[in-house]
Amino acid sequence: MSASANQGLRALADRWLPKLVLSPTLAASLIFVYGFIAWTGWLSFTESRLMPRFEWAGFVQYQALFENERWWTAAANLGIFGSLFIVCCLVVGLLMAILLDQKIRAEGALRTIYLYPMALSFIVTGTAWKWMLNPDMGLQKVMNDLGFANFTFDWLVNPDMSIYTVVIAGVWQSSGFVMALFLAGLRGIDDSIIKAAQVDGASLPTIYRRILIPSLRPVFFSVLLILSHIAIKSFDLVMALTGGGPGNSSDVPAIFMYQFAFTRGQLGQGAASAMMMLFTIVAVLVPLMYMETRSAKRV
Amino acid sequence: MELKRLTMAVLAATLLPATAMASEVEVLHWWTSGGEAKSVAELKKMMNAKGVTWKDFAVAGGGGDNAMTALKTRVVSGNPPTAAQIKGPAIQEWGAEGVLADIDLVAKAGNWDKLLPPVVSNVMKYKGKYVAVPVNVHRVNWLWVNPEAFKKAGATVPKTWPEFFAAADKLQKAGIQPIAHGGQPWQDATLFESVALGVGGADYYRNAFVKLDKATVGGATTVKVFETLGKIKGYIDKGAAGRDWNLATAMVINGKAGMQFMGDWAKGEFTAAGKVPGKDFLCVDAPGTQNAFTFNIDSLAMFQQKSPAAVKAQADLASTVMSKDFQEVFNLNKGSIPARLDTPLAKFDDCAKKSNFDMNAASKSNKLVPSFAHKMAMPSATEGAMVDVISQFMNSKMTPQQAAERLAKASAVR
Repeated sequence: MSASANQGLRALADRWLPKLVLSPTLAASLIFVYGFIAWTGWLSFTESRLMPRFEWAGFVQYQALFENERWWTAAANLGIFGSLFIVCCLVVGLLMAILLDQKIRAEGALRTIYLYPMALSFIVTGTAWKWMLNPDMGLQKVMNDLGFANFTFDWLVNPDMSIYTVVIAGVWQSSGFVMALFLAGLRGIDDSIIKAAQVDGASLPTIYRRILIPSLRPVFFSVLLILSHIAIKSFDLVMALTGGGPGNSSDVPAIFMYQFAFTRGQLGQGAASAMMMLFTIVAVLVPLMYMETRSAKRV
Repeated sequence: MELKRLTMAVLAATLLPATAMASEVEVLHWWTSGGEAKSVAELKKMMNAKGVTWKDFAVAGGGGDNAMTALKTRVVSGNPPTAAQIKGPAIQEWGAEGVLADIDLVAKAGNWDKLLPPVVSNVMKYKGKYVAVPVNVHRVNWLWVNPEAFKKAGATVPKTWPEFFAAADKLQKAGIQPIAHGGQPWQDATLFESVALGVGGADYYRNAFVKLDKATVGGATTVKVFETLGKIKGYIDKGAAGRDWNLATAMVINGKAGMQFMGDWAKGEFTAAGKVPGKDFLCVDAPGTQNAFTFNIDSLAMFQQKSPAAVKAQADLASTVMSKDFQEVFNLNKGSIPARLDTPLAKFDDCAKKSNFDMNAASKSNKLVPSFAHKMAMPSATEGAMVDVISQFMNSKMTPQQAAERLAKASAVR
């Protein structure tokens, strides 16, 4: 009797336990992610000011948003920062991974050093780089004190260049992580392929160009996914490094959203800008994921 | 028996917090820096003396932005603090949300209408009823001067804009940074506001930044204001970007810079460094703003409370804040002047006395205007949009004409 009852119980548990264990997570993400996205979407169609209000007002907030020059500054900065940040991280990360892959001495130590910035929060990175790039006490002063009187590096306080300092700090922080992903990808490739190529007389650069890098394709996708969402939601790094300044010159959509929603009493407009950020992420991620799943099916 | 004791214990445990909360006030504020924190400690002492427990709810940073975010969360969840540091038109915005408490009874008993200048009491009322208590009056249109640096450069303390630029040239020649400034949006706006009052006068200021008349904002006077501001820009060092105001004040204190445009909270930095007003540093009207006064009033807005005991504690808080003793000691620490007119000024320094005298004079000659850079004059959305334009002008090659046009557009944002 007990054996069959046990078996029935086990079957029941097998069927229900995974669902039971996953249900709190599912419920939480339904409410706290999708529920709040819907709520923000609804707010973006209202005249909400200091507090949420729920009367339908149509597209007024989007209209005001698109007429706001500061929003376009923020959007343009996101374009500059996002593309440069992703490209530089990919290039630097891949290069470091390839160099580390050459079976060198003290690889473990080097890997830790390169990966270490990832352990810092963006706030720490931003503050440290703010000090280093400050013309009055950082790099420029050191160079001037060393005798290079004409050396200037004032990007941090130059409204035309300030967004590029964010790129520098961002790349410094994230390229080590990208390197780790690529390195793992490289290590996962079967050694015999490389040996076969070597037997065929292929040089090392050719092996990397024709065999190794193309087989890293899935890693490229994951890296792109991770970097692009870091770029679009970036807030703390910019806040710590430039505070969006000088003026609004290094403003990004996340800062715009925070200020309008929480400090200026324009919750509706903040919600509209948040929805625009969501659409940007969707516009980047959906084609990427589509390509990824299609290529997975083909293989 | 055992069960009964248990029941009693549970009852006591549930009732105790309720009774403890009854005579307690929770005040949300961002008075966290040196002199300010001292001022708040005084209020806490006074409330404790009345048998009311003080629950501190200090949220530092962001010029109160962080505190406002915290406040919204509390109000939305139906658990507002007793009072919160809210000022200017924001009091009306909160009033419109229907969450502020009517403290008119306390005000009537204390005869507040007689004790406060009308410009001040108007800000404290929502629909004719008092909902907030003023704690101080800051003057914003000050110019802080290091006389030592001026002597070294052979410059004279300016009263007009031509004199100002002459002095700035002399300072620059002597190797002293003429103007200490921090390139943060609110500081840019503070500077702009003093220039606007100095160049355009009180009537222009009121039409443009209080009544938000679009034609005035985009008019020729505003172009002139931006021209002056553009000229001032040339006397500010490159490292100003993102500098905090107190670091800029420190430049004036050590004689690295000659002057700074800043409200009278800057005085706290000077006195903390052991400097004496009139001797080691001078507080003069920003050029062209003699007899005019841009005010920035801190106040505590009262939120509706549920229990009668909490309402009672709130009334105690309101009357304590308005008491002569508190107004005196708070403002001595903070560098501002009391909002209450009959507070004795014997213990205050010359800058505060001048501020008080100028406020009364400006009130009579109708030159007492609210500071818009400090959220006293316009809705926060409009203020934000205008500050965006000003700060962009300070950090780009925008022409004065373009800036005036864009400022006019910003003045229409509600």
